[in-house]
Amino acid sequence: MQDLKEVQRRIYPPMVEGDHTLATVTDKISDVPLKKKTPFHWFIGFGIAFMIAQMLMMTIIWLLAKGIGIWGTNQPVGWAFPIINFVWWIGIGHAGTLISAILLLLNQKWRTSINRFAEAMTLFAVACAGLYPVFHTGRPWLAYWLFPYPNTMSIWPQFRSPLVWDVFAVSTYATVSLLFWYVGLIPDLATLRDRAKNKYFKFVYAIFSWGWRGSARHWHRFELAYLILAGISTPLVLSVHSIVSLDFSVSQIPGWHATFFPPYFVGGAIYAGFAMVLILCIPLRHLYNMKDFITHTHLVYMGKVMMATGFIVGYSYLFEAFFGWYSASQYEWFMIKSRIWTGPYWYMYWLLLLCNVSAIQLLWFKRFRNSEVWLFIVSIFVSIGMWLERFVIIVGSIHHDFLPSSWGMYSPTVFDISMFVGTLGFFFTLIYLFVRFLPMISIFEVRTLLPEANVHGHQEDFEENVVEIEYTYDRTDPPNA
Amino acid sequence: MEKNLYGLLAEFDTAEQLVDAATKVRDAGYTKTDAFSPFPIHSIDEALGIKRSILPYLVFGGGILGLFSGVALQYFIHVIDFPIIVGGRPHMSIPAWIPPAYELTILFGAFTAVFGMLFLNGLPSPYHPVFNVPRFALATREKFFLVIETKDPEFDYEKTKGFMEGLDPQEVFDVEE
Repeated sequence: MQDLKEVQRRIYPPMVEGDHTLATVTDKISDVPLKKKTPFHWFIGFGIAFMIAQMLMMTIIWLLAKGIGIWGTNQPVGWAFPIINFVWWIGIGHAGTLISAILLLLNQKWRTSINRFAEAMTLFAVACAGLYPVFHTGRPWLAYWLFPYPNTMSIWPQFRSPLVWDVFAVSTYATVSLLFWYVGLIPDLATLRDRAKNKYFKFVYAIFSWGWRGSARHWHRFELAYLILAGISTPLVLSVHSIVSLDFSVSQIPGWHATFFPPYFVGGAIYAGFAMVLILCIPLRHLYNMKDFITHTHLVYMGKVMMATGFIVGYSYLFEAFFGWYSASQYEWFMIKSRIWTGPYWYMYWLLLLCNVSAIQLLWFKRFRNSEVWLFIVSIFVSIGMWLERFVIIVGSIHHDFLPSSWGMYSPTVFDISMFVGTLGFFFTLIYLFVRFLPMISIFEVRTLLPEANVHGHQEDFEENVVEIEYTYDRTDPPNA
Repeated sequence: MEKNLYGLLAEFDTAEQLVDAATKVRDAGYTKTDAFSPFPIHSIDEALGIKRSILPYLVFGGGILGLFSGVALQYFIHVIDFPIIVGGRPHMSIPAWIPPAYELTILFGAFTAVFGMLFLNGLPSPYHPVFNVPRFALATREKFFLVIETKDPEFDYEKTKGFMEGLDPQEVFDVEE
């Protein structure tokens, strides 16, 4: 019987470690937002992130005062840091939706304890991404011109342009991600409402939980709605980065005009997103002692997904180069040559290969895959690599286009950099606030992972199956061998 | 006293007990019943005789409406109100219209799923009689509850209370309106 338990453990690693009951799961997760005393490390982390976020605010104020000329963006590179950072942030968001929607449809139990903060990460990453196109318009107070609305000028957006598709894709993505995240929060907010001692917090949690009382009829419709949302978020998440990639591939620029951009970008987005989930959850599980819920198995699985998507990205690099040659277009082939060895940004490409293709090879080995420190380091490399990828694609393609007379170089100014670093601060500020005020792990979904939640006794079913397998195995063995 | 009584509420320790009790309650002919649990229990639907919700059909309708409005919006703009040739494409350039129409399909579908669910559930309902039982706060933590309403045609205070006590609950509460 001991062996049987071991076999079961290997096939189905437990998703919740330790001896937890419904009550301890609830208390452990909901104590973080309800506890009066905020841990000291929270103030340090939040303080640093908030200060960096102020840098973003100062940059934006200066940007509004002087105009986008304070950035290094200029002809011929008219689309530099703002779009690089936009694509980078949007890509990071994709892992959240993948975890919450696609892994739900595939019935992957391990998504349960990481989906809540992965979805929060999606929302905050999309918020950071949204800043760039809005401020890149130069007149953000007129950003509503992007939407079709009847106006006295009697003009409309031009729906044949991928940039308008992008407006629809990103705003839908932000809205649906918010809905998905919020719907999952309703039962947990009800838990917080019932456990809160502070009457103001109780009131706020009561308002936002809509009077949820856990009725069986409510759960029935809730689960249907959740499943449907997962079903429609799946094509959504795939379409969003595809449409972002069409911003490039619909144009004529060598290095952008490629039919395989949509899957290439979606793969890269999930790759970057899983790296960010790992960067967030490795420290979180230690700081808040959530190791029972975000187990070692979770980290290993995320590392494996990261590795798989990393190969999609590596494959795309290979074929990007191949298509440059196979197209027999002198402009395409020139672009590839300049990207890899003759151009001024060749070193960016090799750094990109180091971060995105070489670093993940470590994860082949159990030693690295099982080590949190190495997973964290590889994730940092991947995040940097995905940023470099967008730099190589965007700046690398437009600084040297068709006419040598219009070639030019690009270098970011201090405001480009302060805006990018500032959005990182903004992102982590929001993450810190989320961790302090809302349950970072979905409480009601973790409850369903406990053996107590098992009404039909699947445990026994499993053991019967294993015994059957052993029995057939014994029969094929020669007796007394 | 029976005038302002909403129903009787039984508390259980495990999901298994709740499902067993719900099955017995249904077999005894009660219809105005409900169960409360800290997480969704699949077998409770059958035990309580809950029918499948019409929500998926609503979402389908919402999605179709989104698709239709996406196409109609672009048709109105590019064919009726402001026809202009851009990039040599025809006024009615359907392939280029797919992404916005597709996104609106998803957007409308998602709104219908969420707000349809809340609407069909009768939420928001900040007040509900079961909240009057102090122990009910544990329904979002670890305990399981089953209610039989006074509206039920089979409801008879003494008989139903006796019946519920026979279901082996922790306790049976009177729920005031």
